[in-house]
Amino acid sequence: MKVIRNYLAELLKMQKREDGREPFQCREVSIETGVIARSPGSARVKIGDTEVLVGVKLDVGEPFPDTPNEGVLIINAELIPLASPDFETGPPKPEAIELARVTDRGIREGHAIDVEKLCIKKGEKVWMVNIDVYPMNDDGNLIDASALGAIAALKTAVFPKYDESADKVEYKEFTKTKLPVKALPIMTTFGKLAGSLFLDPTHREEKAFDSRLSISTLDDGTVCAMQKGGFGTFTKDEVLQIMGLAIQKSKELRKLLK
Amino acid sequence: MGGIGAPEKLIVKGKRLDGRAFDELRPIQIKAGVVKNADGSAIIVQGETKIIAAVYGPREVFPKHFQEADRAHLNCVYDMAAFSTPERARPGPSRRSVEISKVIRDALAPAVFLEKYPKTAIDVYIEVTNANAGTRVAAICAASVALADAGIEMRDLVTAVASGKADGQLLLDLFELEDNYGEADMPLAIMPQTGEITLLQMDGEVSQDEAAKLIEMSMQACQKIYELQKKALREKYLAEGAATGEASE
Repeated sequence: MKVIRNYLAELLKMQKREDGREPFQCREVSIETGVIARSPGSARVKIGDTEVLVGVKLDVGEPFPDTPNEGVLIINAELIPLASPDFETGPPKPEAIELARVTDRGIREGHAIDVEKLCIKKGEKVWMVNIDVYPMNDDGNLIDASALGAIAALKTAVFPKYDESADKVEYKEFTKTKLPVKALPIMTTFGKLAGSLFLDPTHREEKAFDSRLSISTLDDGTVCAMQKGGFGTFTKDEVLQIMGLAIQKSKELRKLLK
Repeated sequence: MGGIGAPEKLIVKGKRLDGRAFDELRPIQIKAGVVKNADGSAIIVQGETKIIAAVYGPREVFPKHFQEADRAHLNCVYDMAAFSTPERARPGPSRRSVEISKVIRDALAPAVFLEKYPKTAIDVYIEVTNANAGTRVAAICAASVALADAGIEMRDLVTAVASGKADGQLLLDLFELEDNYGEADMPLAIMPQTGEITLLQMDGEVSQDEAAKLIEMSMQACQKIYELQKKALREKYLAEGAATGEASE
């Protein structure tokens, strides 16, 4: 591991990466939507060799008492052992919980969905939007892949048929009504290794780096979520530099959603 | 802003609802050495937020497979007491507390010379006994004092504070209403001597310029909290010295 770390650090000092990228260059990103027939909104996102599947499921339930006229958003991530030798079966580990909660923060705080439009009957019935993230292959930067998959799935999601008098959701019948998506928050994650910053870490880079900083931004440059991870640190100037880059890089990714 | 129980305004006549100025911290008290059984401990009272941190170790690693050959295994557990919140909090870990435990570990680790204690565990247990916003940052302040109190070698203490935005104003050290009904919340931790950032989270909506201002405001406030942390450690050693007849600054 130390050998790989030193090698990656040397490369970064020369503004290079193992896979030929420049420090602030993202791997090739692809987004496919409507990939799960059973799901009213789904996406497959690939960032290099990292692949995640995201599926939306809608249900009708009771709102939280403090937000009686708002729908409920629930994001979960399952780090299934299929996707990496590092993942194990069993209850979710802190890494899976962090991934889900950071993905959630970007979507929620970026006000991606107009939750008030998910209200069916104030205080009694609202739409519950479940977003489930499943990595299919982890080659690093699951955070950005999950966040992109979540917004891509939401953007294309439609409501299933709902019979209000019988209070029954016809899960198999999709309407043509789209979910009220009103903003497109995009997350970008930067690594720091021996003082060098870089975008979109691979799995090998994640194993070697000191720390990461993920920032979710909106089209107008609003910053809506941040999360630092890892045992290293960032200087204030590095954070400000990353914030500027995050706004710029997310604009490129947002174009892929259109 | 909105929702049930939301105040109409969070800023009234240029002051916050608890009477503070925008860049004013809540009153903070820190005391080291409060849990007898622990190798190191501290309590922090920040406004109504009250947290105890205890450190055990370096000690044997349990379970064994967490053992690391070249450094100590740092384990952090953030827990909220059932009675610490308005509604009873279900005891035991929640998704929120698991994530907070992880970010606290990531915030403390840069300051600890983990490589000096290979094959051991350093356990940091944090209990929130009364919660009124800013618990993860107050926990970090208390935990780093507890680590130092345990005699664990460190590069620096870690000092943390949250700032955010409510009613369009940038505010330091949010209390519950501002946290719940404001526009943004940004917890930050630094090692005060170098200003290196060891924890940074944000949720809400701010501009790039506002984010930069919040970071600056929090970093300045951390220097004040840092003095209180050092004072707590100094007071504990002076008291210990007095007890053994070796009192000296």
